[in-house]
Amino acid sequence: MISDAPVLQQSSEPAERAAAPTRLSRYARPMLGLLLPLALALGWELVVWRGWSNGRLVPPPSRVFATIADLARSGELVRHIAATLWRVGLGFAFGVVAGTVLGAISGYWSLARRLLDPTVQALRAIPSLAWVPLFILWLGIFETSKIALIAAGVFFPVYLGVMGAILSVDRKIVEVGRTFRLSGFAMIRRILLPAVLPAYVVSLRVGLGLGWMFVVAAELIGASEGLGYLLLDGQQLGKPAQIMAAIVIFAILGKLTDWLIELAAMPFLRWQDAFGRAKET
Amino acid sequence: MLALDRVSKTYPNGVQALARFSAEISQGEILAIIGGSGCGKSTLLRAIAGLDRASSGTVTLDSEAIASPHAKIGIIFQEPRLLPWLSVADNIGFGLADLPPAERREKVARALARVGLADKAEAWPRELSGGQAQRVAIARALVPQPEVLLLDEPFSALDAFTRRDLQDHLLDLWADTRPTLILVTHDVDEAVVLADRVLVMRPRPGRLFDQIEINLGRPRDRNSPLFENFKRSVLTSLDRSLDRNVPDRDATQGPGQAMWW
Repeated sequence: MISDAPVLQQSSEPAERAAAPTRLSRYARPMLGLLLPLALALGWELVVWRGWSNGRLVPPPSRVFATIADLARSGELVRHIAATLWRVGLGFAFGVVAGTVLGAISGYWSLARRLLDPTVQALRAIPSLAWVPLFILWLGIFETSKIALIAAGVFFPVYLGVMGAILSVDRKIVEVGRTFRLSGFAMIRRILLPAVLPAYVVSLRVGLGLGWMFVVAAELIGASEGLGYLLLDGQQLGKPAQIMAAIVIFAILGKLTDWLIELAAMPFLRWQDAFGRAKET
Repeated sequence: MLALDRVSKTYPNGVQALARFSAEISQGEILAIIGGSGCGKSTLLRAIAGLDRASSGTVTLDSEAIASPHAKIGIIFQEPRLLPWLSVADNIGFGLADLPPAERREKVARALARVGLADKAEAWPRELSGGQAQRVAIARALVPQPEVLLLDEPFSALDAFTRRDLQDHLLDLWADTRPTLILVTHDVDEAVVLADRVLVMRPRPGRLFDQIEINLGRPRDRNSPLFENFKRSVLTSLDRSLDRNVPDRDATQGPGQAMWW
């Protein structure tokens, strides 16, 4: 009985992975999401083309894309996108670094949490836009105050995400680390970091979303370039196509940067037994 | 030899989980600890593992006091507790980080083959069945070759068939290096199949009640009359341990140490 024990296998093998999706469904499925916006755009295009509406306040897609093309041809577009990306990038970086460091300290060290967390939570309760006048007084009307505002927006979700993730690391997994006598640093590197990573990626994505939100606020307040400036300029000069163009570019950039985070995190999160993953394969 | 000398544990909330537990376990012995719920058997195991410190009393392994996790002591929990972000092979090699990669790979490969999961080396833990995951946990604990292996109700979450299979498998693995095994269980069958000696504990506070030597050769036939006899005597002792009117039979209690509770 003893000798053949390892040969005996379990009765319940996990189900074999679903067969690879066919070529058609792999490409067709993401396309489904495009159906509704495309139908709406084409419908509106048709309405304006047939003359049922003049499309002055709600320009049809063709006019929006013509505006984008014009802006791109004059080099304006690149300048505005670069300015906005630069602000978001810098503000995001500062916010992430501060949020990660403070969140990690609060999560890891309970005395720090008691000292720090109530203040952070109180600050979080203030609508971030309320800081704008103060930031402008302190940091001037130019780049610094804008980046500070974006960083403040990014900071809170990242801080909360990191702290919450560390606090919710499974004690049982930490115990495994202890039984293998991991030192403090090895425990962080081999247990805490990988355990925290999924929640951290989510908080980065939420943070980035807020970063994009706050860059618009910052640029609406006063800027001479940037996508937010295009919005304001379009409003003041009565150019709805330009506003729509800026909105479309915001959507594309926001989606693209979010996807970059997702893409960068993917190799580290392959192990996840996620609901969404099971549905996709 | 592992020596427990009057190990007691009182939790901060005042609950006394373990009272003056003494035992000596010789190298290579398989000891089962059995008892009703709240008899402090898991507390005892955690004290031996160095995960919790005893309030008083000492745990010594080869005359070395144990106060924190020790390289010579491995533990297997009720749940596999695999690290979900590591492949099966990396989970098994988790305790071998100090070895050069080639040596580590070789040991892991050998352990994988030994537990019959060579084809699962690159699988994620989520892809394993409960029994397979617990095999990986056993391999992970055994691969650093501990002198003492602690098992905290390791098979209680598995179905009866898988449990039997893993019990036999554990004995088979034990025979390789013959570490001391200390198994906490509430399954009388399991205790009698595996152990050289069964310690029966009684609850509130947890303390030693009785010990029964299982003088049976291995492999053991679960259906033999002798096996049934040992099972019955463990069961009887277990029943008596839960009866408040029965006085302690704890042999390690000297005169004058009688407990007033």
